[in-house]
Amino acid sequence: MNWNWDVIIEHLPRLLDGVWVTLQLVFVSGIAGLLLAVPLALMRTSTRIWLRALPFAYIFFFRGTPLLVQIFLIYYGSSQFEAVRESALWPILREPYWCAIIAFTLNTAAYSAELIRGAIQAIPKGELEAADVFGMSHWLKVRRIVLPRAFGIVLPAYGNELILMLKGSSLASTITLLDITGAARTIIARTYTPLEIFFAAGMLYLLISALMIGGFRVLERRLNRHHHYRAPEQISKIDPRLAE
Amino acid sequence: MDLLGFGDLLLSGTWVTIKLALTSLFFGLIFGLIGASAKLSGFWFARTLATLYTTFVRGIPELLLVLTIYFGGSAVLMAVASNFGYDEYIEISAFGAGVAALSIAFGAYSTEVFRAAIQAIPKGQWESAQALGMTPLKLFFRIILPQVWRLALPGLGNLFQVLLKDTALVSVVGLSDIMRQAYVATGSTKQPFTFYMAAALIYLGLTVLSTSINTWLERMADPAARGARA
Repeated sequence: MNWNWDVIIEHLPRLLDGVWVTLQLVFVSGIAGLLLAVPLALMRTSTRIWLRALPFAYIFFFRGTPLLVQIFLIYYGSSQFEAVRESALWPILREPYWCAIIAFTLNTAAYSAELIRGAIQAIPKGELEAADVFGMSHWLKVRRIVLPRAFGIVLPAYGNELILMLKGSSLASTITLLDITGAARTIIARTYTPLEIFFAAGMLYLLISALMIGGFRVLERRLNRHHHYRAPEQISKIDPRLAE
Repeated sequence: MDLLGFGDLLLSGTWVTIKLALTSLFFGLIFGLIGASAKLSGFWFARTLATLYTTFVRGIPELLLVLTIYFGGSAVLMAVASNFGYDEYIEISAFGAGVAALSIAFGAYSTEVFRAAIQAIPKGQWESAQALGMTPLKLFFRIILPQVWRLALPGLGNLFQVLLKDTALVSVVGLSDIMRQAYVATGSTKQPFTFYMAAALIYLGLTVLSTSINTWLERMADPAARGARA
């Protein structure tokens, strides 16, 4: 067995094209999934049982089955029905790219909804009562207090979810997409150097997740800046009591 | 379960999936315990090695791990074997590659679970065992491990759910598990939705089953809750 660095360098541009596809998959479905997760989480915390039941069933299904099944259900499964094939949605459901995005969106929405629900329930009761005392309407309270607070609380866990999604995005290669893993597989089919190319692909995934972790640290510091607040020295000079 | 005559096929796939999950769980737990001991050990080299292991494995997709071991593993094995004078061609089976990949991944995550659990055990437990004159091995198996088990169970349960769902990835390299059999059934019936939905429901049943087993194990491991009514 001899290790061949040249083959990595030679095919790096194609792997980098794969990085671009992977990033698109993660960010497009990450944002769409978050938009879907917020109403799901709000419904899940509702006091009305019929409003809670639907997101419960949705989350139960998508968290209880493998992502690969979900991708295949959407990509291969949708073609089983005449009605789908003749509908206006077919040009979208025919494309592996959009099927992957739909599957990842639905999947991450289920996981994120559960995270956001946990965060909403972790908001101190006093803050919600204070909002009520101010006479805020239900939706104003949700918009100004519940969601901003929930985002601050959920952020570290959401960072993990995004990393899991990055790893999950490699499944797009099973429906012919040329993401990092897909690009690696096509390169290997020609060069027969699985160890070198998969190693390079793995390093690219590691690099992306390292960057994501760093980005989330910065974002978390900013969103939760009330945790890190320190009174400026100037204030304590005017009146020491203000700094306490 | 009939499913146009393919029910038995899916059932045999389910059995393969269960075997794969349990075998990987067994080796994964061993890797996790070794990894945690290495992370907590006094040797700099062992700590670094364990940190590298968890960082790398947790950062790359499980699918990539499966593909690397399946397509690249035989080259590595043959290189190792040729050092011992064995020059025949070695092929890795899909099941073997699946067990290797999934248990390496499970081991990396469970290393952290075990490490946290071991660190949560009060120091006095170690000290009193030493005071009784137990050897380090006896101390670990009689005093520490039973307590680690209880603390680590909830985390391990979650990881097993992930493992169970990740078994579907091994179908990509041709293992005849649930996914693969659903694919085979799809090929001759042209009803992909029916069979992938059936596969999804089988996985759902397996995850529900594993959750309830885990809840039961957690009750069993906790002496205070064991006698109590749910």
